[in-house]
Amino acid sequence: MPTDLPAGSPPARVAFYNDPKVRSIAYQVTLCAVVGFLVFAAARNAIVNLERAHIASGFGFWQHTAGFDISQTLIPFDSATSSYGRAFWVGLLNTLLVAGLGIVFATILGFIVGIARLSTNWLVAKAASGYVETIRNIPLLLQLLFWYNAVLKALPAIRESFVIPGGIYLNNRGLFIPQPIFQHGFGWVLIALVVGIVAAVVYYAWARRRQEQTGEQAPVFLVGLALVIGLPLVVLALAGFPLSFAYPKAGRFNIEGGVEVLPEFAALLFGLTIYTAAFIAEVVRAGISAVSRGQTEAAYSLGMKPGPTLRLIVVPQAMRVIIPPLTSQYLNLTKNSSLAVAIGYPDLVQVFTGTVLNQTGQAVEVVAITMAVYLTISLVTSLGMNIYNSRIALVER
Amino acid sequence: MTMAEGDLAVTELHFVRTETLAPRPAPMAMTGALGWLRANLLSTPFNIALTILIALLFAWAIPELLKFLIIDAVWTGADRDACREVVQHREIGACWPFVWERWSYFVYGSYPIPERWRVDVFFALLALGVGWMLWLNAPRRDLGSVYFFVVLPISSFILLSGWRAIGLAPVDTALWGGMLVTIVVASVGIVCSLPFGILLALGRRSRMPAVRLFSVIFIEFVRGVPLVTVLFMASVMLPLFVPEEYSPDKLVRALVGIALFASAYMAEVVRAGLQAIPKGQFEGAMAVGLGYWQMMRLIILPQALKITIPNIVNTYIGLFKDTTLVFIVGIFDFLRTVEVARIDPKWATPVTSTTGYAVAAIFYLIFCYGMSRYARAMEARLAKGDRR
Repeated sequence: MPTDLPAGSPPARVAFYNDPKVRSIAYQVTLCAVVGFLVFAAARNAIVNLERAHIASGFGFWQHTAGFDISQTLIPFDSATSSYGRAFWVGLLNTLLVAGLGIVFATILGFIVGIARLSTNWLVAKAASGYVETIRNIPLLLQLLFWYNAVLKALPAIRESFVIPGGIYLNNRGLFIPQPIFQHGFGWVLIALVVGIVAAVVYYAWARRRQEQTGEQAPVFLVGLALVIGLPLVVLALAGFPLSFAYPKAGRFNIEGGVEVLPEFAALLFGLTIYTAAFIAEVVRAGISAVSRGQTEAAYSLGMKPGPTLRLIVVPQAMRVIIPPLTSQYLNLTKNSSLAVAIGYPDLVQVFTGTVLNQTGQAVEVVAITMAVYLTISLVTSLGMNIYNSRIALVER
Repeated sequence: MTMAEGDLAVTELHFVRTETLAPRPAPMAMTGALGWLRANLLSTPFNIALTILIALLFAWAIPELLKFLIIDAVWTGADRDACREVVQHREIGACWPFVWERWSYFVYGSYPIPERWRVDVFFALLALGVGWMLWLNAPRRDLGSVYFFVVLPISSFILLSGWRAIGLAPVDTALWGGMLVTIVVASVGIVCSLPFGILLALGRRSRMPAVRLFSVIFIEFVRGVPLVTVLFMASVMLPLFVPEEYSPDKLVRALVGIALFASAYMAEVVRAGLQAIPKGQFEGAMAVGLGYWQMMRLIILPQALKITIPNIVNTYIGLFKDTTLVFIVGIFDFLRTVEVARIDPKWATPVTSTTGYAVAAIFYLIFCYGMSRYARAMEARLAKGDRR
């Protein structure tokens, strides 16, 4: 067979089933057909099975009266009149509460431990790495059960509860702290707080512009602190302290008044914070290690002290590496808060995928709604992440 | 002329030492144990304070831990009275007789006692497979992977669930429990997630839009929701989607959930590896006339998987910890057996819970820490190839 074809001759004919385009289309059509068939079969089976079990479908249950109680509600919820839809919002808010607080605390603890792992102090570095290695290698669920069952539930009963000065009670029913009661005139304090924050931001912008023009530094931190905290305090004093506290009172079997922090909530918050902090510590350590040593050395040779070097040279560069994995840790924490179901904290999964699903039996709708909530949180976060990433990304020459 | 005069002047006016002095020893405070202490523990006032603080923490925590686990612990006894302060009139640490008595429950769950040898054989077969795969210089590792990914799953399934034809009585999966279930769930996750993960990763990088779309939807969907909801979906929705007569049992549903979940995470790990392979490798493979699957199997995947091994092992560690979540959909994994045993009135004491959790923590710690050490050793070994 001659292999040297004359120039300009048409390409060799290929059988149509060997044409990559035809093949690609055939594969995709097959795949779509298979997926379509699976979805169709699943839907048909679901309809048949639901009919046999006499389970209603659709989202009508959203309006039905729930008829169960929820132990922690951020919005008013009444078992006799509130609907399943209301229960959903209660659960979602509880999830967001524990996730939000968990993110704040885990970030603080994680950054401390992450920096401690790189400390020149041998003992500090070893203690931090011991913490990370232990916590990361024990399942979160086990940690939650430990905090809940072995620590918080083992606290003394109400009658022997620990009394912490300041009117705080700690016992196996939870933590009871004084409840602030805002009286007439407290609105001025809130206005002062808003004014203080706005003024602090304006001052920061002004100080930054001046520093860029003249090189003079302004005491941004102190002035900001005075504006954000000092100003509301002054207004509070001027208004004659329109704020009082309702202290919890211990009875024989119950504690009246005050704010009650459920042991379930405390255990979940504790467990999530400690667990996620170990992962955040690793993220922080990796980020700081990614800043080349020359940067630190250059800062030292310019005469900067270790503190400002860390704050002005290392951390801003490390943040670029830290932020993306940090966000995914935040998402993990939010998703892990669904383990609340194991210790009975009324989060979205416990209230909605647990109680509501059991009462209505409408598995498809309930699970779909729950998943949609978490998916929305994930997608919104990763969208924000992409925008942030494109802003902060290193501009190469 | 002036040069020579200058030279002369220098030699005449200056004394230049011709031999060096012996070096003085370093200051006492900078070397040896004292120097180490100064540099590593006491360099600044802040560091001194930190050192004292941490030392105090250790001085309090370690004796407390030892006291609980060993010194004050109860080692023998028949029931809860052995571990109660009011009966024994002394401080009580861990209640080990509770663990001794419940150990077989922790390992086998409610698996029928005469059939438990089958679980032991399964553990032995699994240990053989794991050893074969992990020991990189083992003979015939190709056979090993066939054994691990094909022979082992089939034979374990027959062994554990039983097959009348060869005289093994069927054992309902509702009776399985303890470490057996934890290890079965983890193994199924490990064995399924790698092949499915590779396929999904290839699908996500495919040029065919439909394939890419389905892969992206699956991966992002599963990664965007908590494992708990995936397990709920598998346990309450899966039975709806199949005809009633084929409805899978509880354990199988959880296994499906775990396998789906692990595959999506594995796909992202493998994709990261694929992205790290230079374009020239793909072009080179195509230039020598390899088809898509040949190119992937012979050129791309071996390189991509090699650099992802540490991350794959990390995913496995996460998976092993995540197996505890099957607890929530009512499966008796190791953690659940501990949880059940701990509330048994026969052993109801204030220390029973803590003892049970300590045992569970040690179990998971050993496995996960072992895996992470292996990943690190692997990383070091693989890095050798890149060092020139």
